[in-house]
Amino acid sequence: MFSIDELLQPGTISEAAEILKNHPGIVVLGGCGFLKMGSRQIEKAMDLSRCGLEKIQETENEIQLGAMTTQYDVELNPSLKQLFDGLLPRAIGNILGTQFRRCATIGASVYSKYGFSDILPPLLVLNVEVELIRNGRMSLPEFLDKPIVQDILTRVYIKKDQRHASYQNLRNASSDFPILNAAVSRHGSQWTIAVGARPGRAQIALEASRLLSEMPIEHMDVNAIAKSVSQELTFGSNNKASSDYRRSMCAVLVKRAIREVLSCK
Amino acid sequence: MQIELTLNSKLRRIEVSPDEMLAEVLRKIGMLSIRKGCDTSCCGLCTVWVDGNPVLSCTMPAFRAEGKKITTIEGVQGEAEQFARILASEGAEQCGFCSPGFIMTVLAMKKALDNPTEEEIKHYLAGNLCRCTGYMGQMRAVKTFLEVTTG
Repeated sequence: MFSIDELLQPGTISEAAEILKNHPGIVVLGGCGFLKMGSRQIEKAMDLSRCGLEKIQETENEIQLGAMTTQYDVELNPSLKQLFDGLLPRAIGNILGTQFRRCATIGASVYSKYGFSDILPPLLVLNVEVELIRNGRMSLPEFLDKPIVQDILTRVYIKKDQRHASYQNLRNASSDFPILNAAVSRHGSQWTIAVGARPGRAQIALEASRLLSEMPIEHMDVNAIAKSVSQELTFGSNNKASSDYRRSMCAVLVKRAIREVLSCK
Repeated sequence: MQIELTLNSKLRRIEVSPDEMLAEVLRKIGMLSIRKGCDTSCCGLCTVWVDGNPVLSCTMPAFRAEGKKITTIEGVQGEAEQFARILASEGAEQCGFCSPGFIMTVLAMKKALDNPTEEEIKHYLAGNLCRCTGYMGQMRAVKTFLEVTTG
């Protein structure tokens, strides 16, 4: 079991920023679902639940998810159920049970860059930016590639557009962690393919996405594109699956996802 | 640190440490219906309501219960008993260890979903594991309970 010697609870984002500045090494708490499974000895921790970051706000062009928004709130959000063929709520619905999803937060799910995430692949195929106190606002792919330490993610911004999308995943059992997952979106002629639980963190298959975007639909070779994704990305082994198995299944999931997007009207 | 919460309609002031989870704190003050099963957020045995919504008390830090309304099965005895009788009559209860958490989730589902389909019921209850019954009896019991109580 983890331990915390001292807990700081800022009431605003600026107070949180001040605490971050004055307490190097402080641990920012999310939903605590993952933290509680370890035995980390934490001297100082910061809880953001009083900073007003638990809301989903919607403007004409984007949806803003506060870092402390629960996964369940995202799952139930009426706009997100409509947008992108319900991509995010459908992906999140795979995570453990409803009671867990009322504890787990979006901020921690994104900031921690978990390899097993059901949330990162679908977010990667959308137009998404994250906002950090120190590093400012940047695209999600840039954030995932950057080695960011000691910062606080405050909001996730999802641009509202007319893209169609699909999420596919492979699990040993319902509500278990995914062995592999994939998301595909299409915005006009622009396709984006992302694969997660490789078991490394989710990644966009840039070359395959480009090839697919350049292919006229009537000449689209879905099998070849799906296979090229499995060759472009790297896969590892762990106690859930071998890298070879993941590579083989990647082509299957991507093929299903592309076909589902193609069938969207 | 001290937190103030409403536990089964009674205001309580409780001493908690920053690394304690709500389940431990509630058990310490006598809410023994709350079971710790997996302790990895999978089994749903520790389900309580926070402001009327089911959460895993083993996963929620106790300090976040400040100012919240916490309900355990001790706080919904009448309705819980009604469902428990149906569970027993459908052969859906064996060791009973998972029952308090399961019952809390079913009662919450009844409030949250209007006339749910079998798929919706399964989705809502996916976070409650039972190692004895195989879920068929539980599904029969849930459907009967919803029929009896909502017409």
